Amino acid sequence: MNRALTRLLLSALLVVAGDAAAQSVAATPDTLQRGNGPEPSTLDAHRCPEVACGNILRDLYEGLVTEDARGRLIPGMAESWEASADGRTWTFHLRDGLRWSNGEALTAEQIVASFRRAFTPATAAPFAVHFDAISNAALVQQGKLAPERLGVSAPDPRTVVFALSRSAALPQLLLLPIAFPVYLPAVREFGAQHTRPGHLVSNGAYRLAEWRPQASLTLERNAHFREPAAIARVRFQVTEDAASELQRFQAGGLHITETVPPQPLAQLRARFGAQLRISPYLGSMWLGLNLTRPPLRGNPALREALSLAIDRDKLTRYITGLGETPAYGVVPSGVADYRPASLPWASATQAQRERLARELYRTAGYSNARPLEIELRYNTSTPHRRMNLAIAAMWREVLGARVTLRNEEWKVFVGNRKQRVITQVFRGGWIADVNDARNFLANFETGSVTNWSGLADPGFDALMRAADDAPTPVARALLMQQAEARLLAQHALLPIYFYTSKHLVRPEVVGFEANALDHHPSRFLRLAGARQ
Amino acid sequence: MSGSMPASDAAPGPTGAALKFWLSRLTEAAITLWLLATLCFFLLRAAPGGPFDAEKSAPPEVQAAIDAQYRFDQPLLAQYGHWLGDVLRGNLGPSFQYPDYTVNELIAASLPVSLVNGGLALLLALAVGLPLGTWAALRAGRWTDRLLMFGAGLGLAMPKFVVAPLLILLFAVSLRWLPAGGWDGGWRSAVLPIIALSLPNLAYCARLTRASLLEVLGADYLQAARGRGLSEARLLFAHALKPALLPVVAWLSPALINVVSGSAVVEQVFGIPGVGRYFVQGALNRDYTLVLGVVLVIGAAIVLINAVIDLLRSALDPRLRDS
Repeated sequence: MNRALTRLLLSALLVVAGDAAAQSVAATPDTLQRGNGPEPSTLDAHRCPEVACGNILRDLYEGLVTEDARGRLIPGMAESWEASADGRTWTFHLRDGLRWSNGEALTAEQIVASFRRAFTPATAAPFAVHFDAISNAALVQQGKLAPERLGVSAPDPRTVVFALSRSAALPQLLLLPIAFPVYLPAVREFGAQHTRPGHLVSNGAYRLAEWRPQASLTLERNAHFREPAAIARVRFQVTEDAASELQRFQAGGLHITETVPPQPLAQLRARFGAQLRISPYLGSMWLGLNLTRPPLRGNPALREALSLAIDRDKLTRYITGLGETPAYGVVPSGVADYRPASLPWASATQAQRERLARELYRTAGYSNARPLEIELRYNTSTPHRRMNLAIAAMWREVLGARVTLRNEEWKVFVGNRKQRVITQVFRGGWIADVNDARNFLANFETGSVTNWSGLADPGFDALMRAADDAPTPVARALLMQQAEARLLAQHALLPIYFYTSKHLVRPEVVGFEANALDHHPSRFLRLAGARQ
Repeated sequence: MSGSMPASDAAPGPTGAALKFWLSRLTEAAITLWLLATLCFFLLRAAPGGPFDAEKSAPPEVQAAIDAQYRFDQPLLAQYGHWLGDVLRGNLGPSFQYPDYTVNELIAASLPVSLVNGGLALLLALAVGLPLGTWAALRAGRWTDRLLMFGAGLGLAMPKFVVAPLLILLFAVSLRWLPAGGWDGGWRSAVLPIIALSLPNLAYCARLTRASLLEVLGADYLQAARGRGLSEARLLFAHALKPALLPVVAWLSPALINVVSGSAVVEQVFGIPGVGRYFVQGALNRDYTLVLGVVLVIGAAIVLINAVIDLLRSALDPRLRDS
């Protein structure tokens, strides 16, 4: 009887094994399985605030311009565009025969209508704030002007014209999901539920086939898109936990992971070899300083001492360890048409920096007898804790400062950081929404909702305004560089490191290219060995 | 609910008593749920941070529009009144974090997954735990008993966030028999999560059965039966097992609630779209309506499960029936 039972169990296991093989990536060769982090909060392109929805929307939609596998701007719905000599009028010429995924013709008028919806107060689009260069955009979003007054128009069915009130990197901005054309008949008919499979009409290489909340979203090739995608089906898997995602990749359930959990780089390289893809990412990690209160207000010497005492090489080598580069400025290298500014002592040795740090610390009025007491605040997470512990140790060791570490749950942390009342030094940083230096620097403009340090420097604001008014992209970039240098000269923040993007990519995925915004539209990927 | 009260002068026959009993249970349940919802509503609002506190906050005018849309511009008591009114009409409101979905839709999609997985995990725990516990009780003190109880202790002590990745490592990464996670609605993606959910319950069930059976086997009436010459098998199945099961049945209710709602860890590790992770996510996102909706639905389920378990127990134990 025991033998019979064993045989039964074994055969059951074999059935299980056979079925499991049927579920791995190998058995569904025409489906790309992508890890995509947490559940996307929405598929309403105008309302998408985070990376998870952006990844999916870039497959579902195409803007006037788009980006290739390496992140370079290429024509999208528009086959060409030009700016007027003063940079205030941009004209986009649409391709012939544009279609929605339901087969209907897509016109310039519909694109304009979509922009108007994006900027109405009821839509509350999180990225509308980046488009304040479009005439009347801010007033329309505040409900003070009718959407028809927005500076976007369609003189004929194949032309879209933008009127700007200042210069801006408009094509870069148009890559944001808020600039994708949302199909308004579906919005009118289904309201918030227009994003469901069967309701969602898009214009990109893929269309939405299935959405299982908290599990996966499946996209299928859009037959009405002008260049049929190589991969027939893409499944975006919800992978909330990086360690579990790694296991799913190892078990053969994913082609591409969203990230890689923190682990020593050498170990990862040994395990995954060429499947590990690490590349520079337009993200900047800094420590913010509350400039509205003592001890950091009006004390640039102290701020510089704190900055100098941080050994960024040690932090990126031993604490983050996945290819991050030490930062001595706000804007990462790799931002389009921009040469970042840098702290003057970026090329000094750490020993030199620490000598200078101690001098400045004394100049600021602190000593061993009267040490600085300071609080370092961050949102609860193991990597942040490690980073801030190390920085606190450096300040203690180099300067003799007494550092209190305080971690807070995310919502509490962002609230406190915004209020600028109880904060002193806090975790700051920025991941680029747009490949544009302004995206980083605008966080320090007086009155910006993300100006957590409370910097109010008329000189900096004037440079940013001058950049906005600059007639040419080159002049604009130079003025922004001066603005960045001004931030650094007064040590309005403590730069720490520039981010990297990290993925695991199976060998059969062809066409996965590194790029600064870490965008990897599925239409440029191919699965080797799959039937096309 | 109202208008169907029994006439007060009706004869208090057996059906009348039962009706009265169930009506009072129903009233109790309604009051419990209302208290639970109210407490949760105000506790959530007292917690620092709100659903729209994010790194990139909206301009004030836009935030005002959002606040008006969600009635955040009204006094808290008014918001409570509106919310309670909606709930009584069966509308749990829109989710703050997932505006494309209503809370009703999110719960309707996730609760069945949790119920089926949790139910199967509990069935597995019973199907394996009961025989193992019985076996251990019959072999009490011998090495099989010790081995089994050591295993059960281990199963109880190992937290799910350790067990789940270990199961994945063995069955998905090394042996490649089952998927490491993800949910396609098929049975393959359910096997490992169900085992992970089941293990601690299985262990507890085995220990409970063993302890309870040992106590019953030592009772006077069984000694008497033994004296009458009944076989051990007859003794066990006809006389000992039924009373020994009473504590196990009592444990079923907390166990079922635990596997359905307390499975956030297992759901996260395996990527299961169940209701458990909405507790955690909803709280972190300050998704007020989602948290309240889940609390209400799980609360109602607990009340229901308790009622069913009470019925089961009274069927097993005549003393309970008479009282």
